Amino acid sequence: MSSPKSAYSIPTKKGKLDTHIFVVWVDNESGVLARVVGLFSGRGYNIESLAVAEVDATKNISRITIVTTGTPQVIDQIKLQLKKLVPVHKVADFKREDKNVIFKEMALLKIVAQKKKIDKCLKECKKFNPVILDKTNKSVVVQITALRREIDKMSKKLKPLGLTSTSRTGAIAMTRGAQTFK
Amino acid sequence: MSKLYTGAEIVFKCLEDQEVEYIFGYPGGAVLPIYDELKHHSSIKHILVRHEQGAGHAAEGYARSSGKPGVVLVTSGPGATNVVTALTDAYMDSIPLVCISGQVPTHLIGTDAFQECDTTGITRPCTKHNWLVKDIKELPKIMHEAFKVATTGRPGPVLIDIPKDIQFAKTNYTKFKKEKKLNGKIHNKFSENEINQLIDLISKAKKPVVYTGGGVINSGPQASETLKEFVRLIGFPITSTLQGLGAFPGDDNQFIGMLGMHGTYEANNAMHDCDLLINIGARFDDRITGKIDEFSPKSKKVHIDIDPSSINKIIKVDLAIVGDVNEVIKSAIKKINKKQNGLKDSNKQRISKWWEQIQKWRTKDSLGFINSDKEIKPQHAVKRLYELTKNQDTFITTEVGQHQMWAAQHYKFNKPNRWMTSGGLGTMGYGLPAAVGVQIAHPDKLVIDIAGEASVLMTIQEMSTAVQYNLPIKIFILNNQYMGMVRQWQELLHEKNYSESYSEALPDFVKLAEAYGCKGIKADNPDELDDKIKEMIDYNGPVIFDCHVDPNENCFPMIPSGKPHNQMILGPNDKEENKITGKGKSLV
Repeated sequence: MSSPKSAYSIPTKKGKLDTHIFVVWVDNESGVLARVVGLFSGRGYNIESLAVAEVDATKNISRITIVTTGTPQVIDQIKLQLKKLVPVHKVADFKREDKNVIFKEMALLKIVAQKKKIDKCLKECKKFNPVILDKTNKSVVVQITALRREIDKMSKKLKPLGLTSTSRTGAIAMTRGAQTFK
Repeated sequence: MSKLYTGAEIVFKCLEDQEVEYIFGYPGGAVLPIYDELKHHSSIKHILVRHEQGAGHAAEGYARSSGKPGVVLVTSGPGATNVVTALTDAYMDSIPLVCISGQVPTHLIGTDAFQECDTTGITRPCTKHNWLVKDIKELPKIMHEAFKVATTGRPGPVLIDIPKDIQFAKTNYTKFKKEKKLNGKIHNKFSENEINQLIDLISKAKKPVVYTGGGVINSGPQASETLKEFVRLIGFPITSTLQGLGAFPGDDNQFIGMLGMHGTYEANNAMHDCDLLINIGARFDDRITGKIDEFSPKSKKVHIDIDPSSINKIIKVDLAIVGDVNEVIKSAIKKINKKQNGLKDSNKQRISKWWEQIQKWRTKDSLGFINSDKEIKPQHAVKRLYELTKNQDTFITTEVGQHQMWAAQHYKFNKPNRWMTSGGLGTMGYGLPAAVGVQIAHPDKLVIDIAGEASVLMTIQEMSTAVQYNLPIKIFILNNQYMGMVRQWQELLHEKNYSESYSEALPDFVKLAEAYGCKGIKADNPDELDDKIKEMIDYNGPVIFDCHVDPNENCFPMIPSGKPHNQMILGPNDKEENKITGKGKSLV
């Protein structure tokens, strides 16, 4: 038999993978990001994107937004494991399909081309709240906010029109309506 | 203005306030200020080990046998890296440890200074939490928080890294008051409804089994008493994991032995065929479940655990009760007594057929072995050791391997906290230093490390610690000259290619004992075994007992990993021995 002689059982069939967005409120202390990220790498969870910044300067609270994929069982584990970390205050977990939650990513796009092409680019960006941050005769830096896949599509589309570099944030999330996550 | 204390003084003030009596440690440059302060604190005794790993395991043995957190003190760099194995071991087996490590002065951190390492970085995945103290004012708070994190919820190790300049710096210290309020990381809010559901399942079950683990031990000695009451009340068969042994009396008729890879035939078959499985403080470890897809396929499953992340991690359960084991079973007992007076009789009747089946499985005598009058069989040695020590309160530690499984199978524990073994991490070299820690916690008790000759050599240097502190630990080595468990797997699965599992040039353990200044005893004949064991027990001081056993003995029964519980390999006594072939071979 060609399969390796292992001391452990064979993996059972994998379930369906879902994409989830975790929002984690943590004490903004040194090493806290390493703890959260280390938990993911140490237990073999996957991180698609990560966004983190302090949101409450008086209480020293940072908000970490992590996009990840996993089977329902793994998603459940991620949540429970995150909650066990000492500097973690609360953990929210949303399905990407969740209509009650707004997900946004920001991208900075640098386009180097002739005016005609640049104008064409800006037109393409119109749907995604474009802000022109810098403009010269030969170039433009434009900021857009959109969903991940929309930005993916945009960069593909703008490549032939002179897109030379892209810088993107990870997704951040917020629930709709008056409610806040407790 | 109140008096200012140095960081080193504050460390001891905190330890005093936490009622710490012993610290296990090894000095070095970056902890010298703390060591300097030691002499002013007579209530705290320092145990000097010979290697930092030994300090960690000794603290584990101390903690496991006493229920108090173990405290470790090591220096920076190699001191900290040497203790990593013990921290990981404690993390896997949920043992409360507080490790204090020295660090290079704050201004040198990050410069690759002498004996510098990223201690908090290295120990982050193997502790519940760790702290690098950057400000002296934080030190008292962190010290007390560390004890709280280590001992509450699911216990575990924590580490506090204190740079040398912080140990010299001064600040105020206000006396610590133990707060009663539980913090947010502790989960003990199970509901009445969950208890009702549990009782409903109990009253309907026809083929139930209770499966207990280390969580019962961690819940305190009271939990074992409550468990006994509970199990006697419901009349169910009970099995235990390696870590849970002793929570329920091993010689009780309701106890059907340890389960899992080397568990009894009756326990594993009961797990497979049951219709109700009540997991109390265990975590469905892979050595227990075998093949997940075929694990206990027909049962409703209940999981009682204090750690919410243990629930549904490996096995999906029908009812999860998150809470302290003792509290949960106590309220279940209360409910049963109050609500269902008839349960006791009617339930026992309902499960009488199940008990008959279990008796049938028992007649297989799966722990049986063919004894010999020429060679000492390792199982026989453990059995004799048990018989000759069962009349006194004995504490057993083990190393890792065949001897550990034989000890678990043949030594019967009647009380919790008497059995210290490395289950999760499987650390060879755990038993000897753990015995040191156990003996410190229980100076008048008999402490025996059932060891293998390969394991014990990994931390043999701690004999010197035992001699220094006059700790009469007994190292009972089942010497088969092989890494027995490795050899067994090679025999069964790798065509008897005994690659590197034979130890040539083993030391003469009797002379080794003498070199350390303790007593050496050697036995290689079954006739002399009893007398020699008695000689070991009666000797007032540390002993290394070199028990030469049959080198070819295998540990049975055994479930190969790829197989479910009802497909065990039994020992040579069993005629229909189930050879591992084909697919199964790749999985063990």
